[in-house]
Amino acid sequence: METLTEFLSFSDANVRFVTFGSVLLAASSAVVGCFTLLRKRALVGDAIAHAVLPGVCLAFILSGTKNPVYLLIGAFITGWLSVYCIDFITSRTRIKEDAAIGLVLSVFFGFGILLLTAIQHGGNASQSGLDKFLFGKAASLVGEDLITFGSVAVILLITILLFYKEFKLLCFDRAYAHTLGFPVKMLELILTTLTVLAVVVGIQAVGVVLMAAILITPAAAARFWTDRLGVMILIAAVIGAFSGFSGAFVSYVAPAMPTGPWIVMIVSVLAIGSFILAPEKGWLGRMYRQKNNRENILDENILKLLYQLGEQNGSFFSGRSLAEMQEKREIPSGRLMKGLKRLRSQGYLKRDPGNTWLLTPEGKTRGQRVVRLHRLWELYLTQYLNIAADHVHEDAENIEHILTPELEAKILEQLGYPETDPHESRIP
Amino acid sequence: MIVQVKDPVIEVHDLTVSYDRKPVLWDIDLTLPGNSLIGIIGPNGAGKSTLIKAIMGLIPVSSGYAKIYDQELKAVRQQVSYVPQRESVDWDFPASVYDVVLMGRYGKMGLFKRPVKADKDAAMDALTKVGMQAYANRQISQLSGGQQQRVFLARALAQDADIYFMDEPFAGVDIATENAIIELLRTMRDNGKTIIVVHHDLQSAVEYFDWTVLLNMRLVGSGPTAEVLNQELLEKTYGGKLTVLTKVGELLRKKEFPARENPAKATKWKR
Repeated sequence: METLTEFLSFSDANVRFVTFGSVLLAASSAVVGCFTLLRKRALVGDAIAHAVLPGVCLAFILSGTKNPVYLLIGAFITGWLSVYCIDFITSRTRIKEDAAIGLVLSVFFGFGILLLTAIQHGGNASQSGLDKFLFGKAASLVGEDLITFGSVAVILLITILLFYKEFKLLCFDRAYAHTLGFPVKMLELILTTLTVLAVVVGIQAVGVVLMAAILITPAAAARFWTDRLGVMILIAAVIGAFSGFSGAFVSYVAPAMPTGPWIVMIVSVLAIGSFILAPEKGWLGRMYRQKNNRENILDENILKLLYQLGEQNGSFFSGRSLAEMQEKREIPSGRLMKGLKRLRSQGYLKRDPGNTWLLTPEGKTRGQRVVRLHRLWELYLTQYLNIAADHVHEDAENIEHILTPELEAKILEQLGYPETDPHESRIP
Repeated sequence: MIVQVKDPVIEVHDLTVSYDRKPVLWDIDLTLPGNSLIGIIGPNGAGKSTLIKAIMGLIPVSSGYAKIYDQELKAVRQQVSYVPQRESVDWDFPASVYDVVLMGRYGKMGLFKRPVKADKDAAMDALTKVGMQAYANRQISQLSGGQQQRVFLARALAQDADIYFMDEPFAGVDIATENAIIELLRTMRDNGKTIIVVHHDLQSAVEYFDWTVLLNMRLVGSGPTAEVLNQELLEKTYGGKLTVLTKVGELLRKKEFPARENPAKATKWKR
């Protein structure tokens, strides 16, 4: 806890730079990742991430220094080369895209590891720290590195802002963008370049192996929360920024730890959290809606049941015992009691001293509507779908709960306001 | 029967298109009149969509060219609108109905420009024309097939073009939408627009279109609907598989033969 407060106070100028840098890098990668994801190029992003390693190593071998500008150029060149190879293999051979991605990724990464090992055993003293590109180390992001990578990150964000409209169109409907006269090939080139650059700056924090996690995961998580592209990009940026922040923190408290895996863990937790908690598309929301549906069905079945009993006995507002209800329709006692209590609290039912239940006028109206919809649907099925009268009940049991008043009106009109259903029961 | 038009709005000259070296359209010579509702009819795999994609410059051609208002497409792009097949896009994309319709204005805006008020008015106006104004803020994945098609139409309307190419606008839509769309297309025609529709239903073609193009890998017929839709031409279009054409196409693909001896010259036009 103390370390956290110490870290958060940013009293150390170095900590300030590292944190600011990581946040900027991770957030810009996440923003670019939104478009990578929407163009369904997520796997290509992963291939690029692995393919920058040989570039970094080659740049080091050729220049003999760890000057970030050289490393960045090297990474950019092999990153781009990998995209070109994937597109070339896919368009010129019978190999499909997924196989091409796998091929390119492993060849480039293997070559990168080969170079890295050669450098480490080559006796060049300045090589130490090059391996941080494998798993990332946010804390090493200082001075010259920060300025170089930070400016690239800013350029990424500005480009996205400038081309927002065009990228949106391109990702949604490429052919249409073409017919509008937009330079589609050029825009794709720019977007791919942005992806490569996002990877190149992101590897400082995460490393090449796990880079795809901060490119794609924030975007995928953000998609759960919204249906608007602008909002999605903002949320992805926030998730990315948070992961960058936490990466810097991990790097600070545990310098021996590889930062990348930690960031990936944190982003993944955020993504799983989104998957569970997001209100519309999340798992909890879906469960809640399903529970609501089940309760609704039970409630309406009870009201229908009481209405039907009323029909039989000619009195809708007299009390019915549990046994009477269960004889008419099999509902387990526990569920029945729950439903009855819920309906009472909603004002559809009343409970008599003699432990019997009776409909309120509102309860009768709602029960009557369910019965009406049931019989209408049965009639509709027999008349319009030519289904035998003894086969329509099951279907109507389900449909009676979801028909809207508009559909009800339409069915009534099409059936010519009928009096009775296929089983000669009156339609109330 | 192939009727050629004087002063056509669209002229297709000796157009051959191949996929993976296999020609799917052979030597199409076609002229189409302006201010009319035109149907392109033919069986599956006849190359109907391919024809309008080639005219719109979306796919490379092996030979030939298409001209619109006697000019290259590039010069008249603003006057031409394209409605792709509904299934060609991912409807789970994070956008609202209004967002998609607004895309119809992007071409007029040009690079870097943001939509201004007039663009927004035009988008809403287009949505109203297809009866979807109440759905403006709806996420596009919540739409039915018919509603998706209306959104695509609205997007094209917002473009305010003179010629509209529509790829299967009636595929998978409900009857109410089909009627609404054909009404809209007729109004557009009466306002001087030219609409070219890829269509697969013969029954409705008779009453929908002023001019009909019959296509089955080669041009079978083109002319006023009443004259073209006769027994003989329909049999030529639908009956009897063109086994020789198909086999020659397969052969070209297998032997990795170019569809034209010097294709480089022929594809010059595609951009």
